[in-house]
Amino acid sequence: MKRRQLYVIETKGLREAKGSILITEGVPGARFDEVVEVVLASGEPKLGRVIEVAEDFSVIQVFGGVGDIDLGGCRVRFKGETLKLPVSSDMLGRIFNGRGEPIDGGPKIIPEDYLDINGEPINPAAREPPSEFIETGISAIDGLNSLVRGQKLPIFSGAGLPHNRVVAQIIRQAAVRGEGEGFAVVFGAVGVSYDDAAFFMRSLEETGGLERTVAFINTASDPTIERIVTPRLALSAAEFLAWREGLQALVILADMTNYCEALRELSAMREEVPGRRGYPGYMYTDLATMYERAGRISGRKGSVTIMPVLTMPDDDITHPIPDLTGYITEGQLVLSRGLERKGIYPPMDVFLSLSRMMKEGIGPGKTREDHRGVFMQLYAAYSEGNYLREISTIVGTESLTERDRIYLKFADEFERRFISQGEFERRDIETTLDIAWDLFSMLPEGDLKLIPEEFIEKYHPAHGGRRRVAAEAH
Amino acid sequence: MGRIWKVSGPIVVADGMRGSRIHEVVEVGEQRLLGEIIGLEGDRATIQVYEDTSGLRVGDEVLGSGKPLVAELGPGLIGSIYDGLQKALISLKEDLGPFLKRGVKAKALNRERRWHFVPRVKRGDFVKGGDVIGVVQETPLVEHRIMIPPDVRGTVREVRGEGDYTVDEYVAILDGGQEIRMAHEWPVRRPRPYASRLDPSNLLVTGMRIMDYMFPMALGGKGAIPGGFGTGKTVALQQLARWAQTHVNIYIGCGERGNEMADVLKSFLELKEPKTGRPLMEKEIFIANTSNMPVVAREASVFLGITMAEYFRDMGYDVLLVADSTSRWAEAMREIGGRLEEMPGEEGFPAYLGSSLSSFYERSGRVRCLGNPERIGSVTVVGAVSPPGADFSEPVTQNTLRIVEALYSLDVALANRRHFPAISWLSSYSLYVDDVEEWWRANVGPEWKEMRNRALKILQEEAELQEIVRLVGPEALPERDKLTLLIARMIREDFLMQSAYTVDTYCSPKKAHLMMRTIMAFYDKAQRMMEAGAQVREIQGLPIVARIARMKEIPNEVFEERIEEIWAELEEGLVIG
Repeated sequence: MKRRQLYVIETKGLREAKGSILITEGVPGARFDEVVEVVLASGEPKLGRVIEVAEDFSVIQVFGGVGDIDLGGCRVRFKGETLKLPVSSDMLGRIFNGRGEPIDGGPKIIPEDYLDINGEPINPAAREPPSEFIETGISAIDGLNSLVRGQKLPIFSGAGLPHNRVVAQIIRQAAVRGEGEGFAVVFGAVGVSYDDAAFFMRSLEETGGLERTVAFINTASDPTIERIVTPRLALSAAEFLAWREGLQALVILADMTNYCEALRELSAMREEVPGRRGYPGYMYTDLATMYERAGRISGRKGSVTIMPVLTMPDDDITHPIPDLTGYITEGQLVLSRGLERKGIYPPMDVFLSLSRMMKEGIGPGKTREDHRGVFMQLYAAYSEGNYLREISTIVGTESLTERDRIYLKFADEFERRFISQGEFERRDIETTLDIAWDLFSMLPEGDLKLIPEEFIEKYHPAHGGRRRVAAEAH
Repeated sequence: MGRIWKVSGPIVVADGMRGSRIHEVVEVGEQRLLGEIIGLEGDRATIQVYEDTSGLRVGDEVLGSGKPLVAELGPGLIGSIYDGLQKALISLKEDLGPFLKRGVKAKALNRERRWHFVPRVKRGDFVKGGDVIGVVQETPLVEHRIMIPPDVRGTVREVRGEGDYTVDEYVAILDGGQEIRMAHEWPVRRPRPYASRLDPSNLLVTGMRIMDYMFPMALGGKGAIPGGFGTGKTVALQQLARWAQTHVNIYIGCGERGNEMADVLKSFLELKEPKTGRPLMEKEIFIANTSNMPVVAREASVFLGITMAEYFRDMGYDVLLVADSTSRWAEAMREIGGRLEEMPGEEGFPAYLGSSLSSFYERSGRVRCLGNPERIGSVTVVGAVSPPGADFSEPVTQNTLRIVEALYSLDVALANRRHFPAISWLSSYSLYVDDVEEWWRANVGPEWKEMRNRALKILQEEAELQEIVRLVGPEALPERDKLTLLIARMIREDFLMQSAYTVDTYCSPKKAHLMMRTIMAFYDKAQRMMEAGAQVREIQGLPIVARIARMKEIPNEVFEERIEEIWAELEEGLVIG
């Protein structure tokens, strides 16, 4: 399938090298965005990509940096095609480095096809709106910010918060839900520490999920510029599995903050006009071209769900990285340092978290008929309780009314029993909703304005609704 | 014909382009990618390419077309989904599968479909630009009026009889031999002419209480919805495109999410227009240029949309155009500006940001159309703005605020509390309040403006009281203020909060007015009870408070009779204890 050109254009005319940028003399026939091989004097090849061509020069971005490039002794070979990933269904269970080369000691992939790592945009008219609920078994997600197939939902975290454990729990629990062979995880590690990468691989292995996983690992010690391609490789692999093999692919990209840093570095080397905080003005578009690869296509079986993880510099949600990401993704799950300090796991900040695709994925036939009302009422009551917390820190609880004190207690109980759960505890959606009804029984029934009356009669413990003893959180 | 000299991202510089014009459309390279000339110097042209430029080579051909970027206007627009260059996305999907390929061409209008044309002129009639020469029932909701293109005039030599024709066949011939077809082309960057401009005077009924009642938009007006991520910009715009009482709606998804676009498309097939019960798709046009589609086409998508809006306005229709999001277009300008090494203005945006934005918003308006018969049409524009970090001081928001007359400011705190629509009543405004007062008086009731102002005043008082509550606690307030807080809360939760997904999704102005009257009647009653010694705590616990809270669930059609029951309860007098 791979189109090989009959001759390879080669030049020895190198003009300038700095950082990861190499400038050559004009090369007739050089194509914009094509792959090049920079062959060092020792014969060792390095991968690169053309980022600008003109009659009298071309600019090449070299993966792995230009540190050992000798302007006199190197050759640059233009390969005549854009960067492609060899793909095959044998990729499942394999581990690759950030450039797509196997690092697990196994054989090379025998490709069924070569895919352009930038993918092709899905025609908006061919998309199928995401609407299938993914049960993660985590109440704070399933109950309040439900994830659906084909969605892109990032985790906004901070340094030192347990995002890796949350992600591992999601992979573990979402994977076992009766999907069997239809499920695949593609893990793209972008500039993560060796320990973090090892943690993920180990937890996948423990749950027996490794044979359904493809991993691309660029660790913190690997070249920065390589980080530009690692997530794109992961997405190309996911697209292959979803659109050709009909699998439900979940792509985890961690930590995308490192990707954005690499993009900034590259932009600075190219001497581009910087945008906010030095990040290039096109960062929105650049991230969007990756995250938009999530989705479903009408008439095809598979799906691509993307869950990027990023650490917010200084926990600042208005920092350009989380800010631009939030504008692209369909919501966000935000981890809170405050809840973490209170010892609550997962420390999910339910106010800042949001799943935009939720409304399509919940309700009768998908989760349960009372889900929408319950979720709105939980938000309303918890937000009331939080507002009162704020007031009571100033005026004390004495000057609050009886009703107010009930809401204060509700907020505490909500965090302790609903949000908080064990790292290996998997709650089905019924359990999650029943815990909510248990909590509602603390409140005056007349306050449950957001839930249709028929559901109050059916599910409220006071009405002898089908109360199941919900598993108490630890 | 020229040759590529340099490629840098979406910008191509070509040699040998003498004789070309600025804004001329060109085809670049082997794949004939579409581009537009944005700069000329000697025989060297700077071209922005609307498609991904990967694989272009120095020396590749560049072909001029001699034409600027045009929109094709005619029957078949309604119900279509276009990309920013007016390629029909549904036919691309049918021909090429689910992924978009580069360099493919797709005609905007269906060439085979025959439309039933009914002539309105006869041989020997003198016609000029804007005259309606016939009509086509394009969808059950839209009668497409076939007009003489604005710059054409003459005497009708021949007109085809009533019958079915394609857009490529002529329907009339003028004395100069000029054939008139049902479709014609118009440059997207050139505003379509009209006879005269009129002041806005009618309410654009949106079905959203915070807009219709509190901050009304007028037909022919222009407004902006800025908000940080997750504050509900897209849902607000979707609601507008769904329920606005107009003849034609145009929805531009510019640099936004594909899944959302799919969701919107699906819902428009399922949802029914409230008055006629027909599928909403029969009055909508979609332009989808999602964030992973080429950046340069974002600008084209905005101007393509407004040109289509003007075209339907010229037929004498009220058209609403919503653009989500203008910030993505502004970012595209910044990216292109950066590649051209222009001197950047504020935050890297080009210095002409403001004038570009106004060249779009200023094409809104209510006008007397060109030609016979006499008609009045309007284009209302509402654009979303996505300020980085929800900071409204950034250049796109500020430049937009200088142009628009209505601001619907989305508040992060409200969204976090799940108060939707999260339009802040403290910082939004509309300069159309006086313009539409007469509309309310004639169509709903005389006391609209008075009640609106009273409600806003209560909300303002609430904001001030809450400052005090933060210091001394709610119990320390006098009873009078506690009642104000209760009423303000009812206005917020029982009136302003409106779900996009229940029966409350479209609220008629009549229902909105009766709801507000109910809350105000309760306020008056509660004040009298308080004078008689009742405590706010007791009033708050009355069953009628819960009944008022649920009144939004009553459908529009039966609202008037059902609300009577609540009023009867209020009239009979409420008894404490």
